[in-house]
Amino acid sequence: MNVDSIKNGIVIDHIAAGSGMRLYDLLGLDALDCSVAIIKNVPSRKMDKKDIIKIDADIAINFDVIGFVDPGATVNIIRGGDLVEKRSISAPDRLVNVLKCKNPRCITSCEQDIDHVFKLTDKDNKIYRCIYCETKQN
Amino acid sequence: MRHLINILDLSVGEIDELIARADDIMARPDAYSEVCRGKILATLFFEPSTRTRLSFESAMLSLGGSVLGFSEAASSSAAKGESVSDTLEVVSSYCDIIAMRHPKEGAPLVGCAHSSVPVINAGDGGHYHPTQTLTDLLTIRRETGRFDGLTIGLCGDLKFGRTVHSLIAAMSRYKGVRFVLISPDELKLPSFIKQEYIKERGIEYSQCSSLDEVMGEVDILYMTRVQRERFFNEEDYLRLKDSYILDAEKMKAAKRDMIVMHPLPRVNEISTAVDSDPRACYFRQAKYGRYIRMALIMKMLGVDRAKGE
Repeated sequence: MNVDSIKNGIVIDHIAAGSGMRLYDLLGLDALDCSVAIIKNVPSRKMDKKDIIKIDADIAINFDVIGFVDPGATVNIIRGGDLVEKRSISAPDRLVNVLKCKNPRCITSCEQDIDHVFKLTDKDNKIYRCIYCETKQN
Repeated sequence: MRHLINILDLSVGEIDELIARADDIMARPDAYSEVCRGKILATLFFEPSTRTRLSFESAMLSLGGSVLGFSEAASSSAAKGESVSDTLEVVSSYCDIIAMRHPKEGAPLVGCAHSSVPVINAGDGGHYHPTQTLTDLLTIRRETGRFDGLTIGLCGDLKFGRTVHSLIAAMSRYKGVRFVLISPDELKLPSFIKQEYIKERGIEYSQCSSLDEVMGEVDILYMTRVQRERFFNEEDYLRLKDSYILDAEKMKAAKRDMIVMHPLPRVNEISTAVDSDPRACYFRQAKYGRYIRMALIMKMLGVDRAKGE
């Protein structure tokens, strides 16, 4: 399967197979006008299978979202067809306005204009909890 | 500026200081009767309460301060749709300290970000209730003389019971404590509380659904009410509300120096026949609430001396 290489843009590589769509949704890539490719289940020597997202525009991207979905992913910044930066990602300590708390008893369910903030409470098991009610994100 | 949202906002040393201060207030109340003169406590109760609100108000009045506030959301601007953040922004300009209860979990945390004065969480939904925990700790210290080495039975609604969650968090910091968790399956302690405060700290615990089984092994029996207001489904509430009833017969199996605690209000989970048993200390516990809140208000207002000190 061939997807054109990009001149100026971002390639999110080494995404755990199956996580590409979630990352696409949480990054809000559906709102972009430029070409975006999600390639699923690409054979990988290291990972066996992986997902890749290619964005054909040099946009600002929320690295916290990538770190939340898959801290093992890498981000390649492409300019003029060349790789100018390769970034490793780690799980962020806090996630602001990425997820919404689903607990109906949480203050975020009724307070207007409030930031939805989740905190990494268990690094080993990658568990994030709402800072207001401590409900675990799903 | 300090706020009190979670009991763990206070160190063990600070809790010891508050208990010592509360003991001193009980011993010589006159020395404290004017220490907060000119200060105003606002009690913002977006959810009904009797003990907590009145004990906060009594505490401030006993320190020579004044109180203002509301006792239900319907009599505040919340009924008109005002946000918690706006309410706190405004009210904090009318007072020196705020005690706030709200049915939504995390509301006091939102409030303190918009308050220019210290905020005390007086209960946020099924989440935390740190001043009840301070009351419980003062009760335990006064009634048993210690914190270390106690076996604490927690019985009833361990899922939504905020007082239980806060008490576990607080007691898990003492040595040799053991928890016995007694609840129906549907009202078990949330797994993250068990993980964070019991398992990760290597604390011994057991879980069961029968109160009779464990009556003889606990030093403290902390009874809780199954709270109708925490259920979305009335059927579930009706099915579970009578899960445990402590009566005089059950008390026969308890240790002679065991104590029975309850954050109150009680519905029927403790028979009134138990009230006259000297081991039943829930009414004394409610009384202690006033003194520990006096000590807390002083601390949060930066008042650290009694008259003549």
